[in-house]
Amino acid sequence: MSASPTHSPPPAAAAQQSGAVVCAVCSSKQTADEAAANLYVCPACGAHARISAHERIRQLADPGTFKVWDEGLEGRDRLGFFDTRAYVDRLDEARLRQHLPDAILSGSAEISSVPVGLAAFDFGFLGGSLSTAVGERLARAIEASAEARMPFICVTSSGGARMQEGVFSLMQMAKSVSALHDLAERHLPFISILVDPTMGGSIASFAALGDVILAEPKAMIGFTGARVITQATYEQLPAGFQTSEFHHARGLIDQVVDRRQMRDVLSRLLRVLAAPPGDVPQSAA
Amino acid sequence: MSSLEGDGSATVEEQASAWAQVEGARHPDRPYSLDLIQRCLDEFIELHGDRQGGDDAAMVIGLARLNGRRVGVVANQKGRTLEERGRRNFGMAHPEGYRKAQRLFALAGRLQLPVLSFIDTPGAYPGVAAEERGQAWAIAQTLEAQLALPTPYLAVVIGEGGSGGALATLLADSVLILEHAFLSVASPEAAAAILFRDAGRKQSAAAALRLEAGNLLEWGIADEIVPEPPGGAHTDWDATAALLRPRLEAKLEQLVSQGVNPARRRERYRRLDGLFAV
Repeated sequence: MSASPTHSPPPAAAAQQSGAVVCAVCSSKQTADEAAANLYVCPACGAHARISAHERIRQLADPGTFKVWDEGLEGRDRLGFFDTRAYVDRLDEARLRQHLPDAILSGSAEISSVPVGLAAFDFGFLGGSLSTAVGERLARAIEASAEARMPFICVTSSGGARMQEGVFSLMQMAKSVSALHDLAERHLPFISILVDPTMGGSIASFAALGDVILAEPKAMIGFTGARVITQATYEQLPAGFQTSEFHHARGLIDQVVDRRQMRDVLSRLLRVLAAPPGDVPQSAA
Repeated sequence: MSSLEGDGSATVEEQASAWAQVEGARHPDRPYSLDLIQRCLDEFIELHGDRQGGDDAAMVIGLARLNGRRVGVVANQKGRTLEERGRRNFGMAHPEGYRKAQRLFALAGRLQLPVLSFIDTPGAYPGVAAEERGQAWAIAQTLEAQLALPTPYLAVVIGEGGSGGALATLLADSVLILEHAFLSVASPEAAAAILFRDAGRKQSAAAALRLEAGNLLEWGIADEIVPEPPGGAHTDWDATAALLRPRLEAKLEQLVSQGVNPARRRERYRRLDGLFAV
């Protein structure tokens, strides 16, 4: 469980440096530098490309303020799981490719000089799925934030449970919700940011329990995926089904926020939330 | 690089054993929650509705007595006849069902009722209307409600324990599981579709997920396996209840005498996987 050199962040936008970045929606092209400057949002059509956890932290934290927590904490293959490949091989490959020990990166940071606990899921790491290690890193990040009396911000991008960890994956829903009690007990806010996609066990546990819930535009969010619903029920899916906007219209998400405004929106939220509470003397807060 | 090395590492015997567990839990003649509630509890009185506009028949709540104590009851409920299966939606709750469970947890806290939960669901209902009304949010809030419940809380998995929908009423101080019941992160069919891109390989998935009740006991997720009559619960409902009732009574008395508190329950679920030194 020692910190591995492979877990340090890759150079900025390394994967994109080889050439033009093509929008997956409208096919318009940007140079790697332009794409990074636009936070991987397409200037032509506004599509938000999926980004790594390292890139997410770079976009949200004040430069140089992020200090990683639990750097070397890894899980293990409890079930000896083998589907078409050994789970341990899938894990090793993902660790090398994503420069992470598992599908979440967490640490302390400042956003517009307000100290926060900050976690970001990495969808490129086995679909951002909830392993025991992800659940543990998430729970520890929540607890460390509570301990340091800081708000906690989590950017979730997760397909849900990690099948290869079976019922242990399921139990991470309970673990994360247990940990959130520490923040509530200290009257500290949890800001949950949902990005494409946030599904299954992740949205049905911690991610839905934000005191404030924000989402990037057109992110897919829901308990059961559209394909499974169609196969199980033969129902017609309404237009825009399970998008951020769909849930916002139904009172389930507070605001849909463009990635290019996310830091500003967070800064304003934190400024309000960091102010002393109205009914408690400041010395007691 | 895709590899076609096979169908998982499970042997034919392991697959057969895991699949027998699934078939036992899903047997059409298996006693459902109300069948066992009627046989194990005294004076069950069903309550209806989530008080927010819905009454989901896939989730049953009520009041009863066990061993002379008053208890609150929450249960997944499948239907037996064609009509009832439709009405109960095969035991798959919509958001109203989870909100109904939340109502029972709130009621139990206010009236100081220990809670008994009977789990038997393929999972939360995967439908458009459920998503529109916030299925994920309803389940998340129910998880939170269980972890805040200030009274003793005992759960028993009597058949299928499917995914997040089962977890919504499972986070108890003590969890019992019937011999041929199971708890799984996803149905074997769904897991096979994800892992092998083929729902037909459900037996391989069931084996790989290791979802036999004995594993849950070994891992500390369940505290006790309740034996079923020879041949399984479906062969004799009265005998099944006769084996279950004394275990419910004993566990409830144990929890009441321990003076359970929600902080201890949260600690159980915080540390459950036991993989990480604290």
